Amino acid sequence: MIVEDVPPDSVDRSGLPVLEVDELTVTFRRRGEQPTRAVDGVSFAVAPGETVGLVGESGCGKSVTSLAVMGLLARRGVEVGGSVRLDGRELVGAPDRTLRELRGADMAMVFQDPLSSLNPTVPIGTQVTEVLLEHRDLSRKEATAQATDLLDRVGIPDPARRLKEYPHQLSGGMRQRALIAMALACRPRLLIADEPTTALDVTIQAQILELLRELVVDSGTALVMITHDLGVVAGLCDRVHVMYSGRIIESADRHELFARPRQPYTGGLLASVPRLDGARGAPLHPIRGSARDVIPWAEGCAFAPRCDHAQDDCLTEVAGSTVPLEYDGPGRELRCRHPIEYPRSPSGATAAGAAR
Amino acid sequence: MLRFVVRRLLQLIPILLGLSVLLFAWLRALPGGPAQAALGERATPEAIARYNELFGLDQPLYVQYLRFLGRAVQLDFGNSARTGRPVTQEFLERMPGTIELTLFAMVFAIGVGIPLGYLAARRHGSWLDSASVIGSLLGVAIPVFFLAYLLRLLFAVELGWLPGSGRQEVRIDATRITNFYVLDGLLTREWDAAWDAFTHLVLPGIALGTIPLAIIVRITRASVLDVVNEDYVRTANAKGLSTSTVRRRHVIRNALLPVATTIGLQTGLLLSGAVLTESVFAFGGVGSAIFDAIFARDFAVLQGFILILAVVYVLVNLLVDISYGLLDPRVRVR
Repeated sequence: MIVEDVPPDSVDRSGLPVLEVDELTVTFRRRGEQPTRAVDGVSFAVAPGETVGLVGESGCGKSVTSLAVMGLLARRGVEVGGSVRLDGRELVGAPDRTLRELRGADMAMVFQDPLSSLNPTVPIGTQVTEVLLEHRDLSRKEATAQATDLLDRVGIPDPARRLKEYPHQLSGGMRQRALIAMALACRPRLLIADEPTTALDVTIQAQILELLRELVVDSGTALVMITHDLGVVAGLCDRVHVMYSGRIIESADRHELFARPRQPYTGGLLASVPRLDGARGAPLHPIRGSARDVIPWAEGCAFAPRCDHAQDDCLTEVAGSTVPLEYDGPGRELRCRHPIEYPRSPSGATAAGAAR
Repeated sequence: MLRFVVRRLLQLIPILLGLSVLLFAWLRALPGGPAQAALGERATPEAIARYNELFGLDQPLYVQYLRFLGRAVQLDFGNSARTGRPVTQEFLERMPGTIELTLFAMVFAIGVGIPLGYLAARRHGSWLDSASVIGSLLGVAIPVFFLAYLLRLLFAVELGWLPGSGRQEVRIDATRITNFYVLDGLLTREWDAAWDAFTHLVLPGIALGTIPLAIIVRITRASVLDVVNEDYVRTANAKGLSTSTVRRRHVIRNALLPVATTIGLQTGLLLSGAVLTESVFAFGGVGSAIFDAIFARDFAVLQGFILILAVVYVLVNLLVDISYGLLDPRVRVR
């Protein structure tokens, strides 16, 4: 196969996925404890310029999935199975050196809490330039110039001064912008954002999301957005995978998912979002209970104990009778025996069509 | 910054006043008072009366105290009862030895402690880790004088590898400039004198450095274990930095913050006199001077040395606080 030299500035329009995750499993093994499977057979792909959302509540395995993709999980006590391919290159089982060469250069990550994710004793400038100096053949001076440029691009005013400052001297929004600048420094092909707005004010949240969208559209970067916030999904994602207890339970395009959620869990997530246009004092609709630590997929459906649609066949005594993830119309997949049904309109136009 | 330093120096005043009252009261509370202590148990009442008159001890207590204070402010603590020389001069002769010894002990404790603590953390759960934890527990638990005695017995008396007493071989006729014997040897190019003074530091230095060493190992280990799980270390790894950059810039730098505090505090403690170790090795520093003064009932020396050492201790702590600001930008004083 002939690999053509692609200039870094050109936007990839080939449509081949940047990231392919196939049957990814992550198992934590601690001495004297039962092994815990945090991620169990997760598969998805992200194309250049595409934004894919991984959605679910705390502990559903979405962050572990992202760390596994980046190869950032501890080597000891963690078993990663399945396959993760970045531009066709297998990452699971790749040596540490290879991963370090790819991280920061071809794939990058923005983390949840910008204050704790920045080193408090190192100036912002050094934390930006160190990525450039590691992966690019630059002099210190050139790296500083590029870092100034980067901070300017992510919307930090007076970047030359900010480079000399320490993380605690920046506001929360600025810190997250700085982290994004670090992640984008080497123009990665893949960017993973793990709840990048959770620790920020609502007004800042919108700015950061807007910034991410601009950057992704401009550069053709593939973006994986990890979130529990459906507002973020609605504003940013092309395709959404809903996760529950370490597995994907529903996949659909954004509009489809919001218009016609099929998994009762997805329906519950959508219904539990407080609405501004609802009547005052209208009751909220939380999902009952909370996810369990052990992943109970072996006996049918893990969500069944909390599900309003659950029927007798959702839970069985037979081990290994997991509800499978199946084709559910074009571009959709679903893991459910009793999904939410919608009346078919005679013209064939779906509710989703109306929502567009 | 300057305001911070000045404020800390002003805080020194009440500490010293309190300490001087204590010292003063303690001397007067002794049976027979200073006169009895100085002249011995068989002194005649006449001798005691003359002594009291001579040193103004027949005056009311507050007059005595104010006089003592007035002189102390001018760094005049009276004369040693043993040698008859001014206490301040004695102190200046003794202190360099203690500083040399403290430096040796701390370099030993830091040089061994930080790498050992770091390795123990990196190999968390290994035999090295367990050994360092147990070893540091022992290091804190063993009484210093016992360890000092053991070291001296084994390496000086039995094996004869290292000198076991004093600061320098008496036969060496070294030139004195600063009273730092190693430094003097280097300055005057009397290499054998410098080397000899250095070998005299080894055993007491190791004995003295054991507790700081044990503490530094424990704190470094705990701190590294803490820091490697920090989010910013994950960020550094996510940037694909080389392992050495991650360790140097992101792990070790932050892990050493609490260690720096410990080093400062321990240095302050050692500087203010290692009475036990110095007396086991008959090391002519401040510690053994205090030890001798106690036996000789040389109260002027005791009073003066303890007051000056209190000042030294507070000043060292001030230095620690200032240097901490240099290490951690978050506590940098505005």
